[in-house]
Formats: sequence, C-alpha cells, structure tokens
Amino acid sequence: MSNLRKIVIDGNEIEVDGALTLIQACEEAGIEIPRFCYHERLSIAGNCRMCLGDGVGGPPKPAASCAMQVKDLRPGPEGQPPAVKTNSPMVKKAREGVMEFLLINHPLDCPICDQGGECDLQDQAMAYGVDFSRFQEAKRSMDEIHLGPLIKTHMTRCIQCTRCVRFATEIAGVPEMGCTGRGEDAEIISYLNQALTSELQGNVIDLCPVGALTSRPYAFTARPWELTKTESIDVMDALGANIRIDTRGRAVMRFLPRENADVNEEWISDKTRFVWDGLSRQRLDKPYLRGLDGKLKPVSWEVALEAAADQFSRYSGDEIAALAGDLPSAEAMFALKELMLKLGSKNFDCRQDGAKLPPSNPNAWIFNATVAGIEEADAILLVGTNPRTESPVLNARIRKAWLAGTEVAMIGEAADLTYEYKHFGTGPRTLAEPPSEMLELLKNASRPMIIVGQGALAREDGAAVLGHAMALAEDVGAVSDEWVGFSVLHTAAARVGGMEVGFVPYHEDSDDDFGGIADAPTGRDVAGVLDGVEAGEVKLVYLLGADEIDMSRLKKAFVFYQGSHGDAGAHSADLILPGAAYTEEAGLFLNTEGRPQLTNAAILPPGDAKENWAIIRALSAHVTVGATDDRATLPYDSLSQLRARLFEYRPWIASSIGAVVAKSWAAEPKGEVTDAPFMSPIKDFYLTNPIARASEVMAELSRQAAERSAPIAAE
Amino acid sequence: MLQDSDRIFRNLYGQYDRSLAGAKARGLWDGTADLIKRGHDAIVDEIKDSGLRGRGGAGFPTGLKWSFMPKEVKDRPHYLVVNADESEPGTCKDREIMRHDPHTLIEGCLVSSFAMRANACYIYIRGEYIREREALQVAIDECYDAGLLGKNAAGSGWDFDLYLTHGAGAYICGEETALIESLEGKKGMPRLKPPFPAGVGLYGCPTTVNNVESIAVAPTILRRGSDWFKSFGRENNAGTKIFAISGHVERPCVVEEAMSISLRELIDRHCGGVRGGWDNLKAVIPGGSSVPCLPKSTCDETILDFDYLREQRSGLGTAAVIVMDQSTDMVKAIWRLAKFYKHESCGQCTPCREGTGWMMRVLERMVTGDAEIEEIDHLLDVTKQVEGHTICALGDAAAWPIQGLIRHFRDEIEDRIKVRKTGRVSAVAAE
Repeated sequence: MSNLRKIVIDGNEIEVDGALTLIQACEEAGIEIPRFCYHERLSIAGNCRMCLGDGVGGPPKPAASCAMQVKDLRPGPEGQPPAVKTNSPMVKKAREGVMEFLLINHPLDCPICDQGGECDLQDQAMAYGVDFSRFQEAKRSMDEIHLGPLIKTHMTRCIQCTRCVRFATEIAGVPEMGCTGRGEDAEIISYLNQALTSELQGNVIDLCPVGALTSRPYAFTARPWELTKTESIDVMDALGANIRIDTRGRAVMRFLPRENADVNEEWISDKTRFVWDGLSRQRLDKPYLRGLDGKLKPVSWEVALEAAADQFSRYSGDEIAALAGDLPSAEAMFALKELMLKLGSKNFDCRQDGAKLPPSNPNAWIFNATVAGIEEADAILLVGTNPRTESPVLNARIRKAWLAGTEVAMIGEAADLTYEYKHFGTGPRTLAEPPSEMLELLKNASRPMIIVGQGALAREDGAAVLGHAMALAEDVGAVSDEWVGFSVLHTAAARVGGMEVGFVPYHEDSDDDFGGIADAPTGRDVAGVLDGVEAGEVKLVYLLGADEIDMSRLKKAFVFYQGSHGDAGAHSADLILPGAAYTEEAGLFLNTEGRPQLTNAAILPPGDAKENWAIIRALSAHVTVGATDDRATLPYDSLSQLRARLFEYRPWIASSIGAVVAKSWAAEPKGEVTDAPFMSPIKDFYLTNPIARASEVMAELSRQAAERSAPIAAE
Repeated sequence: MLQDSDRIFRNLYGQYDRSLAGAKARGLWDGTADLIKRGHDAIVDEIKDSGLRGRGGAGFPTGLKWSFMPKEVKDRPHYLVVNADESEPGTCKDREIMRHDPHTLIEGCLVSSFAMRANACYIYIRGEYIREREALQVAIDECYDAGLLGKNAAGSGWDFDLYLTHGAGAYICGEETALIESLEGKKGMPRLKPPFPAGVGLYGCPTTVNNVESIAVAPTILRRGSDWFKSFGRENNAGTKIFAISGHVERPCVVEEAMSISLRELIDRHCGGVRGGWDNLKAVIPGGSSVPCLPKSTCDETILDFDYLREQRSGLGTAAVIVMDQSTDMVKAIWRLAKFYKHESCGQCTPCREGTGWMMRVLERMVTGDAEIEEIDHLLDVTKQVEGHTICALGDAAAWPIQGLIRHFRDEIEDRIKVRKTGRVSAVAAE
C-alpha cells in the first residue's frame, strides 16, 4: 500500500509518507524547523507554536508543523500537490512573535544557567530573537519545585513545553508530573511536590529545552564548550546503552545518552547517568600486597607482578582459579582465559551469580528477539525478571509495546513495572505446567516473546528452568525462521562477552590454539571454586572485577583482585592489581542481545592503575609455566593485537560490531524443577556494582528508595 | 418585528408552564416520531437548506457540520455534544432556553442526534448554571418518564440517551475540543485540529459539538419547513435569533428576533432605547466580549447578522449586544475584557499564555495614561502576534476587542497618555 504523498516545501517537490507530520517531512527535505515542545519520541503537544509554517492555499493563518500531517494539507486548486513555506515573511513574523512571547517572562540569567551553551531557547533566539525588549512589565517568577536529588529546578525559566510531563507519563510510566494552574499561572509541578520515583527521571534534563530542569550533581561544574566528548557504551546493566562521556581534564563531568534506535533509543537510566561520582571515589590507584602483618601495603608494579608470579609458581593448574565479575571487557576476560589455560587451569567462570547458562548453546543466553523486537511482539511473558530494576530502559520499551497493545504476562515476584501484566505464578512450577490461560495468551499471539531473567536461571534448578522456558517457547510458536521470541535478559554488562570469549569452565582441548566449548564442564564453575577453596583444593583465586560472590568463603585461598574499586573483592584480596574503569579503557562489550559494542577511553586511569588487558599481559611475562623456566607471555603487545586474536577465536564479532547476529536455535533439555519462587537478582537497583556503591548520589537514591518502600504504619 | 407566531421559543421569559405538559401545549414534542421517520439524511438536508448557521459564535452552517459525520456507524459510536457552557461575557441566551424552555433543547437533541446517527448525547452545562441545570434535569427526567427519551424514544424506534454534565466554570471549556477533554474528565485544554471532532471526538469517536440554540431550533425548523426559517433575515443569514442586550440601555433583555434586524430597531423597540437617548451612544460590542466594538458612527446603519458585521470588521458572535453610552471609559472597559481573557487563558500554548497577560498589563497602564504613545502600536502588534497563532480561538478572542479599541478609540488612549504627561487635556470644548 503506497501512502506516499507529494508535497512542495519551499518550492522543492518531495514525496513522503502521508502520515508524517510537516516537521518530519521538512526534515526529510533537509529543512530544520525550530521547535521546543515537539519531540519525536513523545506525543505531540503543539503548544510552543515555534514551528508555525505557512500552508499555501490553506487557511490564512499559519499551522503548527509538528501537528499537521501531510495528508491533511489542502491540495492546490487544480489538484497540485500541497505547498508549504517554511521561510515566508508570515512564518518569520509568526516565529519572531512566539519567540518574543517566550522571552518576555524568561529570566535573562544565561550567565548563571547551566543550560547555557546547549539551550534550545538560546539557539533559537539567535535566529528569531531581537536585541531589545518591548516588555515593560515585571517578569513572572515561579516557586521552585523539589524533584529530588537528581534534578535541579529553576521553574522561572520554564516555557511550559510539557516535554517533562509527557516523558514521565508516557515513557517512564510514572504520572508524577503535571501542569497545574492556567494561563500565565500555569506551572509544572510534581505530584504533592514529591521527588520523582522513576529510574529514568534524568532524561527530563536532556528533554528540557531550557534551563528549568538541570542536573543537580553536575550543577555549576562545567560549561558544555569546555568538555571533551567521547562516545562509549554504558556498563551499568546488560543493555549496553550508548553514551557520551563528557570529560574535562582528567575528570568525568557527566554522562549523556547517544541515540541508538536499536538499543536505548535516546534514554539512559539514572544509574547510567549519575554514577560518575563513583568513578572518583574508592579507587584502587596503586598495587597493594598483604604483608606478613596481615595488612595491605602499597607496592610498586614490579613487586606486585613478581609476587603474583611467585604465587602462581607455587600451585599446579588444578589449584588455581579465576572468576570474572560484571564489568570487565571481553578482551580482559579473553586474555585472562588464555593465561589460565597456559597455566594448565580450566577453573575459570564469568557467571559469578551462578546462572546456569549452557556455554555451547548461545541462543539459550542471549536476547534473541532483540530489544527493538520487543515492539514487534504482541504478547510477552516475563519469567523471573523485574526489567524495571534489571534494565529500566528496556522496561520502557516493554511499556511502549504495552501501550501499543502488547499483552504482558509474568511468572515471578510481583512488582510495579509501570504497566499492567497478568501474574500467573511465582515459581518454576508455573513454567513446567503452564496454566491454559497463559498458553492461550501466548499461542494466540503472532509474535510471542518469553523474557527469562537471571532470577530464574541463577538458582539450583536454573538449567531445568531454562529447558522448560525454551520448550514453552517452542510450544507456543515463539520459534520460527523469522522470529525467535525466546530472550534472556542479563543483569551484567560483561556476561555475554564472557560467555562468548569462553570464560567458562567448559574448555575442550584441541590441536589448534583455542579449543572449543565442551558440552559438559571440564573445570570448576563459581560454586566449584568456592567449594574447592573451602575444601583446600583450590589455593589461588584470581578475581577479575568479581565482587558479588561470598568473599568469606575465599579465606583459605590466596586471592588476587584486579579491578577499579575498593569493594568486597579488594577487601578480601591478598594482592590488588589496580585496573581501569570502563571510562578509562577501550573495550569490547556484548550486550544482552549479543550485540558487540566498543567503549572508548575518555580519560586516563587514576594513579598507577593500568588498563585491564595490559595488567594481564604484563603479568603473563612474569609467570613461569609449571616447573619450567618458560614464561607464559601472551602473544600480543597492544590492544589491537589482542583484538585480532580475539577475532580469530570469534570471527563473527569482527564483522558485526554494533549489529546483532542471529544464532541457530536449539532447545535445552528440561529437568526437575523445585517450588522455590523466582527472586529478582537485584535487591537494590542503585547499588549493583562497585562503581555504583562508591557513588554518593547512588547511595542517596538508594536511601530514598528504601524510605519509599518502607511500610507505613496505619494510623 | 418578529410576530409572536413566528417565535421558536415561546416561553423565553418563563411566564408559562415550563413542564412537559406546558411544552406540549406550545406545540413541542408534536409528531417528533414523524420527524424522525423522515430519515437521517432528510433531516440533515432540511437543516442545510434552512441556512441555519451555528449560534455559538463562529456561524458555521449547522447542516454542513452535521453532514461531516460519517454516514455509517462503524466500530465507534457517534455522539452529539451540546455546548451549554455559555460563559462569554454579555451572553445569556442559552440560559433562558434551558431554564424556561428546556424541552426545545431536549427535543432538538433527539432529532439532531438521530440525524447524526448518535444514540447518546451529552449536554455540557456551565458550572455556574446551577438552577438551569436543575430545570434542565427536571425536564430530562420528565421526558424519560414519558418515554420521550430512552429506548424507542418518543416512539420513533430510535434508542436515545441524554446526559447532563456539569462543568466547573472555566470559560475555555466552551471551546469544543476543550469541552470534549473536560467531558472525558481531563483538564479542559483545547486539542489540536485536525483531527476534527467529526472524525475523532469524544472518547475518540465521531462527535459533533453544537450550541444550545442551534440544537433547540432544529425541531421547529423541521416542523415548519426550511422555507419558513429562510424567510427571516438576509440571504445567507437566515432565521430567527435570540439577542441578549446588556449595558447602557433602559431595559436590558433577551429577545428572539429576526436576523438582520437593525441595531437601532432592536435597542429602541425591545430595550427602551439607549440610556440618555440614541445620541448618547458611544459604542456597541455586537456579539459578546470577543468581537471588536463598533463606534457610534457606524451603529446608525448597523444591521445584526453574520456577514454585515464581518464586513464592519466585527462579528455577530453570540449576538450578545453590549451597549456603552458616553459615560463609558472605553479603555477601561476593554481592559476589563483583557483581564477576563488573561484569567481564562488555559496556558497551553505560548502566544495566548504570555500574550494575554502582557496585553492586559499594557492596557492597565493605558487606563491611567501611564504609557508611551508608541506603546499603542506595540500593543496592536502584540495582538497581531497572538491572533491566529494559537491552538484555539481564545487567542483571537483576546486580541480582537483590543484591536477594535485601537481602531476606533485610539485618540482616547492618546489623550489619556498626554494628560498624564502634561497634566492638561489637549482639546476642551469651548464653553
């Protein structure tokens, strides 16, 4: 069905979809229309009137081009395509008028406004403003509102575009903002002047076209033109949101989202946005070695690496183990895996939460349907996951689909997900013996989707749950050539990368350099390592950013900790190798979809901290293999050489940076499940990793969230 | 002068029985089922042919508006919404219909809803109209009891429900899309058009919003024929119309008259003339507060209909004639209207939100003469910046009275400013 319409914009005829609004059609024609209230991911308000355009032959008054659809334009008298002008004197006059109205009550405080330099009103005033004022009356001022620790308000600057209200209501799903009063007394407020409760609230800072809503933690710290911008990837959750790191000198000043329609659209969660103060606190900036007195003492790299090599030389391959945490890059895990193999150990695991992910079957642990595919699904079953805490931006996608009519069902812990869902049960039994209503819901859908969270997999019967979920997917028709609705939602940014580079105890010996992935374990997994330490069979544990395991069980072993922050892992370590955080090194991360994305170094690591892969490479040159004098030196001297070798191991990644590659389908076997209910792996959204735990802002948010959820006594 | 026998509203002053029995005695509810049996399109065509133009202010042909409704009811029901949110300063015609002659409206609702294939109709009544709501509700209840509403309404075979909803007193809710929003329980803010209510209206369904008077005259037009209705008024301005005359006349009143009646005849015959005589007239606002005023010089010739007043750069509006004699401070009078619009602006779109307050404040200074001469042009310029740039017509309504003031009474503003500056008036009558 062709919906294309011809339209003449400023004398140039183009053909566009009739459903497009004039503002979009103009964009296709390469003409940018000024706007304040219009935002392509929000509903149309049409209230700023800045985008007025001149419809030739239509009514004699200008029309708001954000609200006028091309198909509604009036054709010419002899059936010519409708014509609009975006630069006629009438348009210019109209926009100048609107600009004057916007400015009369807008304070002239640009020099002390954080929006200065990236303010839509400033920019448009350059085009449509005048350098004098005819306004003789007193300017209006507004009471401040309190939106919490993240958003600083200055409501006198507000131009009532209502983008924030629409974002909170439509995207975030928390109808906590609104516009009260009318006429010139109209004001944007939060419900009962309470702080916002959304995990996505920071996005209103980006949406606000003026300086009414600005970032409180960033307040008065930098001007946009002083900042160096680095494009990178977020690691706070497994979505892999595209971000921009703004730095000044050696400090990260803020994080902003980048647009990627396939991943995060243009939203990021508050944890992603406001975690930067955690990057400068609790940092490991020197190597430390535990002395004979039991205290950690700073040492030089030379001493630290020698000490590490000395420890390695004491134990056989079976006695050493390595665990990777939620944040390391794929390169670092790949390098550590190669070192471990050289030392004869197959005891390494990246699944520190103990999730039962079968390494040989990738479609069992990636988000096959893709994040953008959520919008195509017409029924979604959530299994053991709370996407609102596990990936708030992905949750907003589910909400978007729900608003468009997708039905959502859930097995697991009941929670406020910002949309309605049918709750069918809390544990795996519901999955193994699906209620007929649930089956019907999924079977009637043309594109059913099953999202399995780590809460369903990181448990004793996780493998069986996985098998049942995959069987259900096959049963309800969620698996076909063009649609695989079975999707796993991870919580850790590094998890899929770790699985993909084989940082799992399933190493298969072979003649070539790499070895394949075995179907059954050939080494110890996380639980095996911890048991082994307690049993005295594992004597040395190398923690690569692993902080979320029970450190008390590692007491008997000699523990290396390589990472960026002094958290649980560093506290229990005997040797600390300070590494770079994700803003400080280039790295490869595969998000929950298996989409490879590259981070870039925005700043240098603090103090003596080094890039993670380089630490492992340097260490390898000190370590001897077995009883020989041969060094375990890894065969790369630069990150690009390391990447080249990684791409030799996983050639598909090299050719698909930024893209998702579909995996062939194979179901996992079912098994016996227990009756224990699924529990979300995330107890506190704001404190899920060492960086977030070092952040004061996150601590404050966590405290407020806890206060909100604390039960209130009935009085 | 309109003969009593040609009046549609026979009980405008409430001196007769306003119950159903009384209404029937005056010929209402007579053969309603037969009217309906003519069919949907026949009714629309008859109204079209009668030349009835919307009585709410804009004067859009009513029959044409009805014909915009889809010809078939598909997945979404049709609705008729009656705009009884009569809040325009000076306008008080609908309240007389609702409190004294409610059955004209109720019968009209049935007939016009049928014409537009609507099985439900909502009357949205102004928040301040408490007694009017009570009277109308009593009448509706009477009709339900008598089988004139509900299933098989009036024996016509058409199921019809009529609901009365009470507004909360916001002027903007008289704008049709804001009214729909308010009716849906939301904040009364006008919607963007297109889509127009005939496509996407109340609850997203095809909806027509009509003024009380437009609906209330429909049954009589159908009974007496479009030719009868057309026989009043000039070409394209057909019919009878309720005028509400207020201000400096001897006896302010609401009266049904033929369209295109001359202003002077209306005032002299029905209101006992201008206070102090016709020559004491200073200006007239012919159509409710939102149209520009006319000075005495044009009033002598003025006839009251849509097209004539438009030619005079004013408008018939709701036909609420506000008469001002020589004692009137025109600047202050228009400032008061500006204050009203500033107060009633919904605040949704920029020009109206910011412009109404600005205009009012400049006028406020002009009332005392505390302004500069060039500010008069600034003010005019601001009104042009508001006019036509807003979502709904409230911006226009706020701008027009001020434009009328500056067009006709600029010297008065200038004098005021000069007096303030120099301490003396520029010209004094020789005495």
